[in-house]
Amino acid sequence: MFEKADQVFLLLRDWLVGFLPPGWRSAAGVVLGVIGIIAVFPGLFAITTVLERKGLGRMQNRLGPNRVGPFGILQPIADAIKSLTKEDIVPLNADAVVHFLAPVFLVVVVFMGFAVLPVGRNMVLVNMDSGLLFYFAMGASTEVSIFMAGWSSRNKYSLLGAMRAVAQMISYEVPLLLSSVVIVMMTGSLSLVKIVEAQNQYSWGLPHWYIFTPWGCAAFVMYAVAATAETNRSPFDLPEGESELVAGYFTEYSGFKFALFFLGEYLAMLSISGLGTTLFLGGWSAPLAVLNWVPSWIWFFSKVMLSISVLIWVRGTLPRLRQDQLMNFAWKFVLPMTLLNLMVAALWRFMGDGWARWVICSAILLLVYVGAGRVGMRREHFGPRTYRYAE
Amino acid sequence: MSFVFWFLAAIAVAGALAAVLLKNLVHCALALTVVFTGLALLFLQLDAQFAGFAQILVYVGAVAILVVFAILLTRSSETPKDGGVFSRTWMAGLVIAAAVFAVLGWAVLQSEAGLPHETAVPNVTVQQIGNALMGRYVLPLEIVALLLTAAMVGAVIVAMHEMGDAK
Repeated sequence: MFEKADQVFLLLRDWLVGFLPPGWRSAAGVVLGVIGIIAVFPGLFAITTVLERKGLGRMQNRLGPNRVGPFGILQPIADAIKSLTKEDIVPLNADAVVHFLAPVFLVVVVFMGFAVLPVGRNMVLVNMDSGLLFYFAMGASTEVSIFMAGWSSRNKYSLLGAMRAVAQMISYEVPLLLSSVVIVMMTGSLSLVKIVEAQNQYSWGLPHWYIFTPWGCAAFVMYAVAATAETNRSPFDLPEGESELVAGYFTEYSGFKFALFFLGEYLAMLSISGLGTTLFLGGWSAPLAVLNWVPSWIWFFSKVMLSISVLIWVRGTLPRLRQDQLMNFAWKFVLPMTLLNLMVAALWRFMGDGWARWVICSAILLLVYVGAGRVGMRREHFGPRTYRYAE
Repeated sequence: MSFVFWFLAAIAVAGALAAVLLKNLVHCALALTVVFTGLALLFLQLDAQFAGFAQILVYVGAVAILVVFAILLTRSSETPKDGGVFSRTWMAGLVIAAAVFAVLGWAVLQSEAGLPHETAVPNVTVQQIGNALMGRYVLPLEIVALLLTAAMVGAVIVAMHEMGDAK
């Protein structure tokens, strides 16, 4: 019974594919998997937009959307109809071909990333030997589409936003990759399926998730920071800072193309949360051994939505950074910490079992974290604001 | 040669021609990313997952962006509106590209005799590549790393010098 609930989508797929002649079955199975991804994640995107608007509303002491449907939960449908029926404006001076290709390219590349995420036991579209590398390759390609959007609009706000976005994404991609390398070192595989399987063990009923180790916890924090920056979310949302750049690289987009950018951005958020879940939070494995009867896909999606809620919470709480603060933070703090974390993970690996490695590894990470913070902040002088470029 | 190979080869060659012949430099850079993607897909078609994904990660994700940045920072991205998609000096571009290709092709064909002749398709995993890089080829790897570090330090010094002048 529980086995069936766990594998319900696979059983459904096999049942549907069974109607076809044998030669077509494997191809049809893949097509059904793709349809599943294209149906589920935009559905989650719709839920996320409501969650975000209601949640931010609560944090800012207002109600949020409350007119369409009960408690405003039908708002995404209204939004979709609105963006589909709006006029699609292309500026006269814009580079029409590149302007058209940018949002399409973004959404396609972001969807490709979902192909290697294991969303449940046996539920992965392509079980690649180097799945993590594929994911990062797809993630890196989004930068090109953002540049295309900003440049082809022939608008200085768009171009500035694109430049900021690309600079930020390149800077934070390095810590993102280096914090994930620790997981690869410990698992000995780039396959996301194997990474989840390595975490799906229990001692005394508690899981072996990587976040519950000193190096895993440190890597998770840095991964979370880098992932927030990579998806251009607040507090790293300078590329679309509305007070200075209108809307950043998609200023000149309207109607459905704007909706595609919006979709791409939220899908990137869902996918990077999914990757974080897979790498650090045990993917589809249950948080307690006694809860193993709950279907694995429920755990995966709960963890993803929990990460999304944290991202929304952070957006409602923190102010936006300045460009130089953003770059300094990436190159002078997060990157050295990820490098140190690689060393600590190697130390952990070669110290063998026992409690000593817990103490030593945690002590090194904590001491360096506190020390680097102290030294870094000593040079900052907090006083009346001084202006460098304006009097 | 399968249909997939010819399809990918057509994409790569078309992208390369566009990169040489187009007038707008940013268009050329974007065409270059098409070439990089086509090459990566060719690697994947040859079952070289690591090479293919590394190609996308490094070339599409970083090198293409650097090229574009260099174009935008060194000269105006605005091109004159007077007609035509193709560059006025397309002939020279094509000749230079063909010459470089000929030299490279000649060198590759010459070196074929010196290589061991593999008959079976080697099945190389990412783990084996990693072991080779960290074991047998660690010295070339470190030399490349040193070279890149030197280049980066040089770039930082150039940038610092300019900042000092401004003050």
